[in-house]
Amino acid sequence: MLEPKTILTVDDSRTMRDLLGNALREAGYSVVQAGDGQEALGALDSIKPDLIITDINMPRMGGFNFIDQVRRNPRHRATPILVLTTESAPELKERARKSGATGWIVKPFDPARLLDAIRKVGV
Amino acid sequence: MSAEHPEGWIPPDVMAGITQQFFEECEEHLALLESGFLRLEAGDHDPETVNSVFRAAHSIKGGAAMLGATALVGFSHRFESALAHFRTSKTFPSHDVLKVFLKATDQLADLVRATRAGKELTDEQLNAASRELAGLADTTGTDTSPVAHTEEPAFSPVRVEFEDFAPAEQPWTIDFRPHAELYAKANDPIVLLRELKRLGEMDTVLDTSAIPLLSDLNLEDAYLAWSITLHTARTESAVREVFEFVERDCDLHVRAGIAETAIPPAADPRPVPAPALRPGDASQDAPALRAALQQPSTLRVDLERLDRLINLVSELVISEAALAEYAPKDSAQNPNFGEALDDLSQLTRDIQESVMGIRAQPVKSVFQRLPRLVREIEKATGKTVRLTIEGEDTQVDRSVIEGLTDPLTHMVRNAIDHGIETYEQRQKANKPAQGSLRISAAHRAGRVVIEVADDGGGIDRDCVRAIAVKQNLISADAIVAGEDIDNLIFEPGFTTADKVTDLSGRGVGMDVVRRSVQALGGRISVSSRRGAGTTFALSLPLTLAVLDGMLVSVCGQSLVVPLAALLETVQFSCDNVHKVGPNASLLAIRGSHVPLIDLGATLGYKPQSQLSADGIALLVEDDAGRRVALAVDDILGQKQVVIKSLEINCHRIAGIAAATILGNGLVALILDVNAVMASQKIGLAQDERLMAHA
Amino acid sequence: MRDAAARNQAQETQERRDFLVFRVGAQEFCVDVLAVKEVRGWTPTTSLPKVPSFLRGVTNLRGTVLPIVDLGDRLQIACDTAIEDRIVVVVWIDRKLLGLLVDAVCDIVTAGDKNLQAMPDLTGEPIHTSVTSLITVDGRVIGLVALDQILADTRSQNA
Repeated sequence: MLEPKTILTVDDSRTMRDLLGNALREAGYSVVQAGDGQEALGALDSIKPDLIITDINMPRMGGFNFIDQVRRNPRHRATPILVLTTESAPELKERARKSGATGWIVKPFDPARLLDAIRKVGV
Repeated sequence: MSAEHPEGWIPPDVMAGITQQFFEECEEHLALLESGFLRLEAGDHDPETVNSVFRAAHSIKGGAAMLGATALVGFSHRFESALAHFRTSKTFPSHDVLKVFLKATDQLADLVRATRAGKELTDEQLNAASRELAGLADTTGTDTSPVAHTEEPAFSPVRVEFEDFAPAEQPWTIDFRPHAELYAKANDPIVLLRELKRLGEMDTVLDTSAIPLLSDLNLEDAYLAWSITLHTARTESAVREVFEFVERDCDLHVRAGIAETAIPPAADPRPVPAPALRPGDASQDAPALRAALQQPSTLRVDLERLDRLINLVSELVISEAALAEYAPKDSAQNPNFGEALDDLSQLTRDIQESVMGIRAQPVKSVFQRLPRLVREIEKATGKTVRLTIEGEDTQVDRSVIEGLTDPLTHMVRNAIDHGIETYEQRQKANKPAQGSLRISAAHRAGRVVIEVADDGGGIDRDCVRAIAVKQNLISADAIVAGEDIDNLIFEPGFTTADKVTDLSGRGVGMDVVRRSVQALGGRISVSSRRGAGTTFALSLPLTLAVLDGMLVSVCGQSLVVPLAALLETVQFSCDNVHKVGPNASLLAIRGSHVPLIDLGATLGYKPQSQLSADGIALLVEDDAGRRVALAVDDILGQKQVVIKSLEINCHRIAGIAAATILGNGLVALILDVNAVMASQKIGLAQDERLMAHA
Repeated sequence: MRDAAARNQAQETQERRDFLVFRVGAQEFCVDVLAVKEVRGWTPTTSLPKVPSFLRGVTNLRGTVLPIVDLGDRLQIACDTAIEDRIVVVVWIDRKLLGLLVDAVCDIVTAGDKNLQAMPDLTGEPIHTSVTSLITVDGRVIGLVALDQILADTRSQNA
């Protein structure tokens, strides 16, 4: 049987984690969740997700710093990362690009848009 | 996955849970906002504090947007925008600005609660909120454009693509040359081409001309390019959207029509391996660990359901006690019964402890209001105070926390208003101009002790004594020890304020504090040194619901003496009891003497003390460490009892803390050892006075 | 509070209200039925220390500690029923429960404003603080017990 693909979501908001988690599981993914960048890095020590979805504004370790750390890690540097952003403004996309993110998802999103973005990074 | 629903569709009942959780989370964010602003107001210059309030506003906005709460989105966006200025400029808002933020926080809270209640906010409410935020943007000097920007929808709604109605298919030519950065960000040209193919028929030509000699090959670099002809009915923007994530990391040319210079299609385009290496694969994952990570570490429970559970457990404790009551007296008859009953008792107790543990909360929720309170009192009194808070993570039962706010508020007011001296007085006394107020919480011997300590003038015992005499609390010639004078401030009606100030509240004094602390099953004590300061200590039970006690019988009534106050049970007889004066008796216990009191008489069950020649007594100790032996008729055994409030028309029953219901269905009263000893002490002082006169 | 609220409402709307009538000695008293939670038989009470004698004690009402006021003692009318045959009328007072110990429950009467009369000034009589109105129906004169006053002077008596 085909192993479901694993997605690591990183968000300090439980609401957002739940929305993401439910939508992704409904779509057949296996989901691992972390509350901030630090926690997510810890999780990456033991799992190898097929995709990371991360928020930007988080306590302890924010999204940009987290992405930077992932891209420096030989084991995970090729993992696609989607950032969650509240603004669709071009400068925010630009920041997401500069940070090393693979792509982004503009909040609020519906499941279809979420899955679109995931598909676009090949997961 | 249901056939009627698209992938990722969240069922309504799950959605309802998430919505509920969102509002609960909002409350936490609101508390964070408030405490953050208060910290900033207190001079906290940690950029992380600004970040944390920003995040709180941001999270409310994000969640609200997902759940379609548009009014909340708008307001929290304005809030966030005003905060963004301080976050990016790394400056700190002024006091005036913080006031506006705090007020706006209250309005945000109203909005959250209204949204939660499903209420439409009136225009009036929304306007008030908007005005507040307009003011906020003005005072922060924030460019108003981000605020104005929200007048239009702040968030791109789900796109409706009218191009879907354009039926005509046309060819597009796309030249796509990825840069190394594209691979570095884990994008994959093959995935993008697959996406592109979703739009229509496609021919792809791979351009390998840039691949260098093997010796010059850099694995991190990008050498491939594609030339694509796509037949689609979609627009150019739809085509470009496929490359949205990578448009800065590649050369991309999209033009209508078939390129005349198109490279002739290769007969068999070789599969192109993704140059970025992807070591390892999913099978390496530790499934158990992944499962563990997936488990939510917390579960939110409706408080009402929890309270119902606690009530049920309380009833279970009563039933268990009833069962023990009816247990066969002769254990030989059925030896297994006693064992089973012991197991049941243990289980009941474990369940009870676990359930009580769920209700525990850090005292932080009460303590975090104190800085603001102190500031207000400072303003009103003109004194300056340095507030230190310790142990705010100490866990206490929720019900205790709820009852703690009022007495604590009162004590803080008293400490600053009466305890800490004026600037001039402090200078004269060679003390730092700024007063110090320390509030701490800690677990001590199964109770929570909260201390409020000031470095003020201490209690003026002469003054207290004079007032107590004036108010007939003691007689003019009563001999009262120093610390007992201090305790007079807890007597009903006592107030040290010469004039009733705005703050210390219209003649309501420490007696009210003591009463509310006692209502929580707590005790209050004071220690004071003239010139050095005063410390009030509240000793509170960890939970209000249960109590370990000794069941005794007095004048035919069942009474419960809290084990916390009980030191030991003592047999007395003429050998160890010494009469002192006409009424008092002393009981010798290992060389020291403690007063022996007829509990029945103290409680008024019999008109006067009639100690029998021998009997049994409970040696108890009050908060101040004073000991007394209470003579009782019989000791019925140790019991865990469920505390039931005993409040009759707000009238406290002298010497009684609460009531409980025994296994036989009868009500037993729970003794308030401190109150009993306090009432006895006045009597003792009078006895001593009589003795002095004799 | 409920009693007071109900009274206000009656004054405004001229509505007729129902009253539960009970007997203490040979005299009849009543309370608004809306304030009555239940009527039950006597169960033994646990005495409270240092309270006025009319506060008979507390008893267990299905897990709630219910204070019992001996209405005969409160109004200083001799009861004529053996203690175990008396009745407890459980009433709401400001969201708390209180049991009124009476000789017997009689009936329910309906009365409007015209039946209601303030108690004439009986200052000095033990009854004047706790029975503030009279209801006259079919030749009967029934004292309306002022529930918010029934415990009011426990404090002063205690002090």
